[in-house]
Amino acid sequence: MGTTTQDLLRLATAGSVDDGKSTLVGRLLYDTKSVLADTLDAVHRASVDKGLSTPDLSLLVDGLRSEREQGITIDVAYRYFATPKRSFVLADTPGHVQYTRNTVTGASTAQLAVLLVDARKGVLEQTRRHAAVLALLGVPRLVLAVNKIDLVDYDEAAFEVIAKEFTDHAGALGYPIGSVLSIPVSALVGDNVVDRSAHTPWYSGPTLLEHLEQVPVEPDPHDAPLRFPVQYVIRTNTAEHTDYRGYAGQVAAGTVRPGDEVVVLPSGLRTTVARVDTADGELAEAEAGRSVTLVLANDIDISRGDLIAAAGSAPVAVDEFEATLAWLSDKPLRAGARVLVKHGARTVQAIVGELNARFDEQKLTTVPDPDSLALNEIGRVLVRTAEPLPVDDYAVNRRTGAFLVIDAADGSTLAAGLVGAGLPALSGPDAPPSGDLVSPGP
Amino acid sequence: MSTQQTPHAAAPRQPLDALARLESEAIHIFREVAGEFDRPVILFSGGKDSTVLLHLAVKAFWPAPVPFPLLHVDTGHNLDEVIEFRDRTVARYGLRLVVANVQDYIDDGRLQERPDGTRNPLQTVPLLDAITSGRFDAVFGGGRRDEERARAKERIFSLRNSFGQWEPRRQRPELWNLYNGRHRAGEHVRVFPLSNWTELDVWRYIKREAIELPSIYFAHTRAVFQRDGMWLTAGPWFGPRADEPVEELTVRYRTVGDGSCTGAVLSGATDLEQVIAEVSASRLTERGATRADDRLSEAAMEDRKREGYF
Repeated sequence: MGTTTQDLLRLATAGSVDDGKSTLVGRLLYDTKSVLADTLDAVHRASVDKGLSTPDLSLLVDGLRSEREQGITIDVAYRYFATPKRSFVLADTPGHVQYTRNTVTGASTAQLAVLLVDARKGVLEQTRRHAAVLALLGVPRLVLAVNKIDLVDYDEAAFEVIAKEFTDHAGALGYPIGSVLSIPVSALVGDNVVDRSAHTPWYSGPTLLEHLEQVPVEPDPHDAPLRFPVQYVIRTNTAEHTDYRGYAGQVAAGTVRPGDEVVVLPSGLRTTVARVDTADGELAEAEAGRSVTLVLANDIDISRGDLIAAAGSAPVAVDEFEATLAWLSDKPLRAGARVLVKHGARTVQAIVGELNARFDEQKLTTVPDPDSLALNEIGRVLVRTAEPLPVDDYAVNRRTGAFLVIDAADGSTLAAGLVGAGLPALSGPDAPPSGDLVSPGP
Repeated sequence: MSTQQTPHAAAPRQPLDALARLESEAIHIFREVAGEFDRPVILFSGGKDSTVLLHLAVKAFWPAPVPFPLLHVDTGHNLDEVIEFRDRTVARYGLRLVVANVQDYIDDGRLQERPDGTRNPLQTVPLLDAITSGRFDAVFGGGRRDEERARAKERIFSLRNSFGQWEPRRQRPELWNLYNGRHRAGEHVRVFPLSNWTELDVWRYIKREAIELPSIYFAHTRAVFQRDGMWLTAGPWFGPRADEPVEELTVRYRTVGDGSCTGAVLSGATDLEQVIAEVSASRLTERGATRADDRLSEAAMEDRKREGYF
C-alpha cells in the first residue's frame, strides 16, 4: 500500500435546497470510513447540542460558522475520499438559487456530477437548470440520486417516473444514453449510497459509490492537436545547463514529443520541439494534464501568454468571437462593458460588444437581445479583444475554450466564459420547446 | 533538428495517476504565480507540508533556481531538530530565508505571552508584518483542504485584504485551472498548491520522491510529559509543571508546530512504509490528534483565518 497507481475522479454535487446534499456527502464520507473518530466526536457533540438524537451528518461538511447557524451550505467546499480503487475530489456546491454561481465553480473541472432530487418532489426547475448548466460546462457524466426514497416507501414506480423524466431531459441537453444513471438512495438511512439496500430489491444497478468507482474517467484529449500555453520562461546559465531556455507550462490538449513541428502564436513562427524536459529527466512524450518544459530547436522570441500549437492544426487567433458567459457578479453586465479576459496564460483588455441572447432559467429557453445579464444569468455575447487570442471552441476543448472575465478596476472575477457560437445544450435543435420542459406530460 | 536522446531518458508514456496529477497541478500553480506576481514568498517551517511545497517549487523551475525567498515565522518554541533541518535545507537549495521571530515581539512588548504559554495564535502579527515589510504580494502556504472543515472552503488563490483577513463569503469563484491573481496595492494573495492533497497523498509523495524530513517524524525515544491528553516535549513552554511527570517514551510527531501545543504520538513507525501504514490505519485526524489550538472552539480555525492566520 506504499505508493498508489490509482486514478483520480473529480466530481461535483448539485441539487435544490433541502434535497439533502450535505447529508449525502456526509454519508459518503461516513460510510467509506473517510471520517475519523475525532471529527465524528465533534459532530456527535454538536448534534447533541442541537437536541438531535442521531448524528447530523451534514455537520461534517457545513464548515463555516454561518452555515452551521443557518443549516445551509453557502460556499463550495472540497472533500477528499479514497477507496482501494480510486481517489476522489468532490466539489460540494450549494443549492440556493443565489449561489448558482458556485455550481459553475464546482462543475468547471468535474468529470461527473451528482444531482439530487427529493423522491417526494421529483424533478424540479432547479434540477433542470442545474442539468443545463452542467451540460453547458461540458460535464461528461451525470448521476441522478433520487433521495429520501424511504419516505415514499421505496416505491419503484415513483422512482421510475422521476428517472425517466430526468433521463429524457438530459437526453435533450445532449447527454447520450449511458452517460446518465439514476439511483434510488436514502442519504439519511444509507440506502444504496455505499451499501446496497435491502429495501430496493427492484433496483439492480450499482450503489452510488460502486458507480463512482467504476465509471470510466473521461480521458484527457491526447489525440487532439497540441495546445501548450506558455506560463513561464525558464532561463539559466550554469556549467551543467549552458544558456538554458525552456518554456514551462501544462499540456492543455494533445501530446507533445521531441521532433514535433509546432507554431507559436500569435507570432506565427514555426519550429520543432527539441526536448520535453522535467526535473526528473526528459520525456519521450507528454500528454494533456502534464506540467513540463519545452526546449525548442530555434531560438525565437516567446513569452508568457504565447501558445505553442501543433503546426498542422493550430487555432486561428481572433480578436472577435462569440461566447457564452455565466455571469457571477452582483454588478450586471451591459453591452459595451470594458473588461479583462484571461485565456490560458494571457490577460488582455476586452469589450463585451453585444448581448445576443439570454438563457431564460424559468422556461429553459433563450430570449434574444437582452438589456443586461444579472448575477447567475447565462447569455450569449460578442467579445472583442485588444489583442488576438488563439481560442478553440469550448465544445471541442474545455481548457483552451474557457476564459475568465475580470473587472479591470477591482480585480474581481465577473464571469465564466465559454468560447463558441451557441448554447447548444440550451437551445440546440434537439431541445424540446419550452412548454414541454416546464411541465412535461406523463 | 535535435532529437538526440540520452540513453537513460525518454521514459515511455504512463497514464497520469492521482499523485502525478496532483504534482502537475501544483507545478502549474507555482508557475502561474511566478508569471503574475512581483514578489512571491514561500512560507517554510521545516514541516512535512512545507518541505513538499519546496520540493515542488524546485521541480517547477528546474534547472533554474526557485525564484522566491522563504519566510519562517519562528515561535521560539521549535524543536532543535526542525530548525537544524530548516537551515540545512535552505543552504542546500541556495535560497534566501526571512525569519520573523515571535520572541522579538514578546521581548519588546508588541506581543504578550499567553497564560497557557501557547504561541501559535501569536504568529499572526509577525506574519502580517513580515508580509508588509517584505512587500510580498503572493504568499505560498502548505495548507490542505482536508485538514479542517474551514480549510475545505479555501480557494487555491485566496485574496486577503490589507489587514490580511480572509472573507469566506466574498471569495472569488475558481474556474477551470484559470487562476485570478489580481489584487490592489496592500492586498496579497495566499496560494495553496497542496489544496487538493490529503495527508496520505503527502506521505505517499514523500516516499515516491524520497524527500528528506526532520527526524522527529519518525519514531524515537524522547522525554515527554502529558498535558490535555497530548505528549509534549519538555521545553521552554511552561512545562512540565510539578504535577506532570516526565517519561521516556517511543514517539513521533505527525505535524510540526509550536512546541507548546503540538503533541507527539506514541508510535513505533521508524520508516516511511511504517508511517504510511500508521496514517492509513489512524482513526484520528492529524490536527485532532496533536493540535490543541484547533480544539478551542467549533470555529477556531475559521476565526484565526479571518484574522490573517493561515
